[in-house]
Parts: sequence; structure tokens; C-alpha cells
Amino acid sequence: MTTSTELPFPGLRSGVELVPTNDQPQTGKEYTSGQEVRWCPGCGDYAVLKAVQGFLPELGLRRENIVFVSGIGCSSRFPYYLDTYGMHSIHGRAPSIATGIATAREDLSVWVVTGDGDALSIGGNHLIHALRRNVNMTILLFNNRIYGLTKGQYSPTSEAGKITKSTPMGSLDHPFNPVSLALGAEGSFVARTIDSDRKHLTSVLSAAAAHRGTSFVEIYQNCPIFNDGAFDAIKNNDTKADAIIPLVHGAPIRFGTEGSKGLIRDSESGGVKVVEVADVGEDAILVHDAYNADPTTAFAISRLTDSGYLNQSPIGIFRQVERPTYDDGARGQIASSQAAAPGDPSERLAKLIGGGDTWTVV
Amino acid sequence: MSKQVKQLDRVIIRFAGDSGDGMQLTGDRFTQESAVFGNDLVTLPNFPAEIRAPQGTLPGVSSFQVHFADHDILTAGDAPDVLVAMNPAALKANVGDLPKGAAIIVDTHDFTKRNLDKAGYDVNPLDLLGDANDPLGEFAVQPVDLTGMTVEAVKEFGLSRKDAARAKNMFALGLLSWMYGRPTDPTIAFLEKRFAKVADIRDANITAFKAGWNFGETTETFVVQYEIKPAPMSQGTYRNITGNLALSYGLVAAGVQSGLPVFLGSYPITPASDILHELSKHKAFGVTTLQAEDEIAGIGAAIGASFAGSLGVTTTSGPGIALKSEAIGLAVMTELPLLVIDVQRGGPSTGLPTKTEQADLLQAMYGRNGEAPVPIVAPQSPGDCFDAALEAARIAITYRTPVMLLSDGYLANGSEPWRIPEVADLPTIDPNFATERNQTVVAKDGTETEEYWPYLRDEDTLARPWAIPGTPGLEHRIGGIEKAKGTGNISYDPANHDYMVRIRQAKVDRIADSLPPLQVDDPSGEAKVLVIGWGSTYGPIGAGCRRVRKAGFNVAQVHLRHLNPFPKDLGEILKRYDKVLCPEMNLGQLSLLLRGKYLVDAIGYNQVNGMPIKAAALAEAIGGLVAEAEGVTVDLTPASIGTEASQ
Repeated sequence: MTTSTELPFPGLRSGVELVPTNDQPQTGKEYTSGQEVRWCPGCGDYAVLKAVQGFLPELGLRRENIVFVSGIGCSSRFPYYLDTYGMHSIHGRAPSIATGIATAREDLSVWVVTGDGDALSIGGNHLIHALRRNVNMTILLFNNRIYGLTKGQYSPTSEAGKITKSTPMGSLDHPFNPVSLALGAEGSFVARTIDSDRKHLTSVLSAAAAHRGTSFVEIYQNCPIFNDGAFDAIKNNDTKADAIIPLVHGAPIRFGTEGSKGLIRDSESGGVKVVEVADVGEDAILVHDAYNADPTTAFAISRLTDSGYLNQSPIGIFRQVERPTYDDGARGQIASSQAAAPGDPSERLAKLIGGGDTWTVV
Repeated sequence: MSKQVKQLDRVIIRFAGDSGDGMQLTGDRFTQESAVFGNDLVTLPNFPAEIRAPQGTLPGVSSFQVHFADHDILTAGDAPDVLVAMNPAALKANVGDLPKGAAIIVDTHDFTKRNLDKAGYDVNPLDLLGDANDPLGEFAVQPVDLTGMTVEAVKEFGLSRKDAARAKNMFALGLLSWMYGRPTDPTIAFLEKRFAKVADIRDANITAFKAGWNFGETTETFVVQYEIKPAPMSQGTYRNITGNLALSYGLVAAGVQSGLPVFLGSYPITPASDILHELSKHKAFGVTTLQAEDEIAGIGAAIGASFAGSLGVTTTSGPGIALKSEAIGLAVMTELPLLVIDVQRGGPSTGLPTKTEQADLLQAMYGRNGEAPVPIVAPQSPGDCFDAALEAARIAITYRTPVMLLSDGYLANGSEPWRIPEVADLPTIDPNFATERNQTVVAKDGTETEEYWPYLRDEDTLARPWAIPGTPGLEHRIGGIEKAKGTGNISYDPANHDYMVRIRQAKVDRIADSLPPLQVDDPSGEAKVLVIGWGSTYGPIGAGCRRVRKAGFNVAQVHLRHLNPFPKDLGEILKRYDKVLCPEMNLGQLSLLLRGKYLVDAIGYNQVNGMPIKAAALAEAIGGLVAEAEGVTVDLTPASIGTEASQ
């Protein structure tokens, strides 16, 4: 079976390897459900939905073997708008439900759509444990750095000091960096992309689907109602060259106008830092290695994300490594147990319940 | 010397020691021996929540009570005839439960100043035996240096003194096995298997066990051997089984009988964890067990698995149900099959983790936001957990609904002989997956299209179709937001919500159509008093009723397997009797439901002390009601019912 994305690890299994493929070309329209889309005008979610509806046909899987699961929040309405199997569940719990689906069935392509509140606040525990287990699923975290559906409270990714309805004197919470968190939770595929950059978004989705294990994709997504402009620096043509640190596997990490800036290792902090390429020479610039088994450098790069107003952020695939998945392991244990105990289930059941010390009354 | 043999019809023995002394194992082995011998039996393990509470203290005492008889019995017995006490704390903690004349076998070895202090004894009670002020004067006390003799018996194996002394429980088991003529082979076989990898420990335990037997047989300390004949039981093959094991087997059987893979999502919690442990051994039956990161993830994964076409199961105790409530509501809304197993323990909050209680009934019934009806079934004995699990699965799969199964700590850890059912006699359950589109939609221009509507209902059961991912053409979305009738699309329409709330309730009510009539046990047919219960109180209620009947009075008993919906004939049955007594290990939860639904004056008999209800005390309460209802004087003294009153 094939997918549109080549695997970086020859001979290893794709995230959709066991999912039946479609022999007919598909269209985005087939993936569009009859439900009216009810996001606010200008919401970044529309762009992501369009990109996903455009991307799924390329994946070439049978539509009935795709499942989208979401929690609660604006982004979690997503499954209603896709004509696949789907569940709009309860707040924060989508990764646990998806874990059950992905473990029960090897022939499904399982996707989780979540937001910064859903995944990082109420559902934080399930997120980190899904990443730790490396269940074969793709988690799309729509990060708009605000609570939208409850109308404008600060979220776990909002900058400290943010004035919102629930924080009139400014938020006192220090925000999470979702990528750092995912890397710390043993994520095997961790990426970040932007709602408005369809090309980049699609390329990251392809790689995420191809990855066997939990793929974590943070999508910067603008909320025009409650947090408009949160990502302007990385979207504005005048500033984005300096704001986006592009991560491409095998390429030196350079950004700024004409790549004038770059990353080098920082011997003082043990991390990485931004320098003028002219000051250190091209050869000194760090080459991005997403396949590095050691997540230390990926984590260091993730720390270059501004925690306050977003003037700088690395974008791309931070880490993409192979690690055994929970669901393959669970099915493997069952398969080997079944192979070791062949025979009619009813007879085996009779043997099981009739085991132990027994006596017969005649 | 010749030994005397005395016939007894039943005996209650309690093994008590420090929680590290292996009393649960000792009691369990004695039980297995009695089961194989053919006695009827009921057991009551009782242990602290701490794995190793401070050694030698009262809170650290662990005990195991076994009641075995030559006839059918219903409870683990109110008061032990024999207490085996391995240290001063075990004596002190249990002596208050003994009736006058009970036998006490004491291991004298641990009656040191230090241990006596820990147990709160100012004076060694064993020093006062036979004195005028002997605090144990009412009992037949046999002081034996069990530990000392054990160490002596196993010295050839060169174990440390500590390891050698640890075999003392097997010495005690050997002695009691001799006293009651128990078969020894099963225990020797058990020890050979259990310690197969540590030869010296294995040999020491077997030697200690045999030494205990020989000690009874050869010394003059014990002159009487007792014989309790096998109990007549109906034809079949039996095994001794605990509730948690029977429940686990019931879940495996539900998978086999429905053809669905079982998926357990669970988080460890006392007293339910053994179900997780047991099911994790049965991968060959296609059973998946996920030890989740928390209670919510456990049920979340189970719901996901059900959506994907498995039989989703989650196991927990009361505190876990509290955490799962929102997810149970999701399963109600999405109408997916799901088993929620609550092995109830003392509450609220952390409560009494290792003790039993029935105080989660109202939580199971109402503990969710909104109108969220969930069917409830309850097993009445350890072996009955098997059938209850199958019944819960039948309801969940047939009606596409979460089902709550309420076991409890007593059923979970207690055991009884269980007649092993024939697999061919077990019910089969048809998952009846949807494979075709089910609705023809006509557009304004007259063109017809076939659609799949996930909320179209079966006329008989009101269940919705279950279409699993991978089924082409039936792609659909479900979720926690209110569904439009039929299509399952999101709907905020007021009339639709009112309809859906009522139809979900009607679906659960409809289950009553599939239930058999209740079995009322009213031997004389003239009873004016009905005793109604649910769950593990079946044994004590049955034993209490027997006592009342033995004294010559009439009483009827009915026990509920289904608590939601109630069986259709329950209302009529309740109205047949002048008085209705409802014994429960809570403050009156079933009686509240009965009063609310049937406007019947259900009188509570309520005990919430973490222990099973005692039959004798309950019989007094029943007798009191009989006296009132029939205008007679009810005498339940031993003279009127005979000393051999069955329990």
C-alpha cells in the first residue's frame, strides 16, 4: 500500500500501512458532509478544514476507514464537517477515545482534532499519555491561544499578563509551549504549522499520516473574534521572514531576509541560539536533523518560540523518529496468544471456566 | 492414643493474623480443601487497606472466615466457632466476635511483651488461663507454639529464622486440616506449583503443612477430630470461585457468546483490580486490556473501542464511577454498548477501600448530568457474577446502551462453590451490526437517495443501529450534543430535545419486556411480610428468612437482579404483602426507589459498617415485622429454631 508521502525510514511501516486503500480517485467533495459549517467568519478553522478535505483524497484511503475524533471547543466541531466516521466527544478526552479505536482496529486511520484548551488544560493528561504510548494516530492541535467557545477566557497557551474576561488585571499563568510539552512527553513525531499556509500545512499532514505512532501537529490558528492578530508577525509578509524559523530536515536552519540569521549551538546554555550568519560563517549553522534519536536539540529549538507575543517561532517538523507503537504491541500480544491457543472459542471457554480444583456431584 | 471423631453439620472458622502472616492464603487453601471435599461453603476475607500495616498492631490484623457445612448455606456466618489467632493483636481484634464456648487456637510464640504492648494488653491473657479472672474463661483456648514448632520442623532446609517462621501459616493450616478431616493433596499440589522455582521454600512449606497435620494426629493436645460430611448438591461439576474471578469469566464468555472482541479500559482500584489482572491473562480470547492513565481514560478508551466494534468494558469502584460520570453520559447520548462495572466499597470519597458497601445504587441510577438513564444489574453471590456479566452484556449490546453492573467488595473477594455451566447452555448475543443504508430520502424534485441514519430505531427495542468504521456507505458522526431524531445531526430544536430525552428513557424502560418474571420465595404462600433486597445481601436475607421460617412463621423473599428498569411484575408483588422490609448496606437507597416508584411503605433495615449484614440480627427485625403484621408473638431464640439453624 502506498501513500503520497515517502517514508524517511526505508523498510519500516507507514502510519496507514494496514488501512485499506481506495482504487478510485477521490475528491474533496466526497469528504464534505452535508452539515452547515458554523465557525465565525474569518476563523482559521475554515482554512484547516479546506486543507484537510483537499489532503484526504491524496492519502488514497477508503473513506469508511478514516475516523476523526474530537473533544470540546470550536475546533472540535471539525468531525461534523467531514464525511468520514467521527465522534465529537467530551472535553479533553478525545485522545483516550482515539486510543481505544486505534488499539481495537488496525485497519483505521485515526485522527484527533483538538484545541489548546481541550488538549492542554482539561485533557492534558490524556495528551501526554497518548504521546508516551505512541498510539498510531494523528493529533491536530489547533492553537489559537484563547478560549473561543466559552467566549474569550485565557487559555494554557495565552501569554502571561493577557487581559481577558476572566483576567481583568492580566493572566498570572505561565503558558505551555505545546511543542516542548510534546517532546517532553516522548512524542515520536512533533511538528508545528500555520493555518494560512496551506502548502506547508498539507506537507506536514502528509508526513504525520505516514508516521506510525502518535503524530502531534500544532497548528497556529487565528481566532478573529477573541484573539485576532495573535500570529500576525508570522503571517505578515513584512515580518514573517524574521519571525518564522523554518525547520527542514537536512537543511541548515536559517531565516531572516535572505537567510541572514541562523541557529548555532550555544555552549553557554547548552541550547541553541540565533546568530547573524555573517558573524559565524555558514558552516557553523546547525543542520536540522528531525530523525535524531535524541530529542535534546529538538527541544532546544522549540524553546526559541516566544512565550509572550509571538514575534518568533520555529515552524516545521521538529522530530520524526521510529518507536514501537502501543497498538501494534497490544495486537501483537493478542495475535501471539491466539496462535499459541488454537481451537474453537467455545471449547476453550469451557476449559477456562472448568479449570482449577473441581469436583463432580453425580 | 485413640482420637474421638465428632459429627458436626457446620463450622465457622476464622484465621486471623498480622497482614504479613499469610492469613488470606491460609483461608483460601482451607476453602479449596473444603470445596474439593464437597462441603457447601461461603467465605469472608477481611483485610486492611494498607499492604503492610504496622506489624503486630490492631489495624494490621487480617482475617479470613470460612463457613462450611453438610447442607446448603447462604452466608459466611455471623460468629466464628473457631478462631486461629497468630498474635496478640489478632486475638484482641477478633475475640469480641466469638460466641461463648468457641475454640481459640493461639500461636503463643508472638505473645511477647512488645507484641502484647502493641495490641494493648497490660497482662498476657495466656498467663491467666484457668484463673478466676481469666479473660478468656468463656472459651476453649489451645495455646500452641506454632512458630516454634514450624522453625524446628523446617530447620533441615537451612532457611533464615525469618523465612522458616513464615511457614507457620502452613503449619496452622495442616493442624486445622487434620482437625476437620480436610484432603491434603490439593494444598501440597498447590505449594509445589506456587514455589516451583524456590525449592527450599517449597519444601519448607510442604513440611510445615505436614508437620501441622501430624501434630494434630499424634499429640494429646487435640483429642477430637470433627467430621462435616459433604453437602448434597445438584448434579454437576463444581469449583470454588470468587466474585471477581466469576465476573472476569463472565466477560470472557460475553465476548465468545457475542463474537465481539472484549476491550477493557481500566485504572487500578481496590477492590476491582483483580478483574483487570484476570482479563489481562485472556488475550487468546481476543481480550484487550488497557491500563489507562486515569479512570476517565479507561472509560474513554472503552467507548472508543465500542464505537470501533468491540465490547467496551470499564471496571472500577465507587470513586472511579464518580470520575467516569461524564463519559457514561456520552455513552448514553451516543447509544453505544458499554459495560461499566462498579465493585462497590465503603464510601464516600476514599472511604473504606477494602470493605464492602452497597451505597452506589443512587450514583449508578442518577449520578450524571441531565436525564441519563442507565440500566443496572446486580449479582447476588460470588458465582452469580458470571451470569450477571453475561446479562449486562446482553442488555448493552441489544439495546445499544451503557449498563452498570453493581458488584461489591464482599462478592468480589468472597467465594462459594459454583456449578460450572455448560457453554452450550449460555445465551448467545447478536451484535447485529448495520451494513446497509436504512432510509430513503426524497428530494423536492422527486429523486430518491439512500442514506444511513444512525438514530433510526428498532420498533421493538428502540435501539439504534450500530454501524462500525470500515462499513462503506454508513459513514456518520456521533457525539455528546443532542441528536436530531433519525438523522443524528446536531439539533438544538426544543421539541426534538424533549422527544429524545423521552425516547432514551423509553428505550431503557423497554428492557423490562425482556425480563423473566420475578421468583418470589414464599414457601407457605401465606406470608404477610416480604423481604426485598439486591446484590450481596441475598445470603443474609435468605438466612434470616430461614431462621424465621424455622421458628414456624411465614415470610416471603424476593431478590432483584435488575434495578433499572425494575421487572414489570414488581409493583404487583409489592402490593401483595402487608409489610415490605428492605435490608441494605446503605441508608436506604433501594427503599427510596421503591417508595418513589410504587408508593409502597418499604421499611429499611440499614447497616453501613463495611461488613455483610448478620443473619441473626436481621431475622429479629423480620420477626418483629411478622409479629406486627400477623398479630403474633415471634420467638426466635435458639430453643424455638433449634441450634442447627441454617445460615
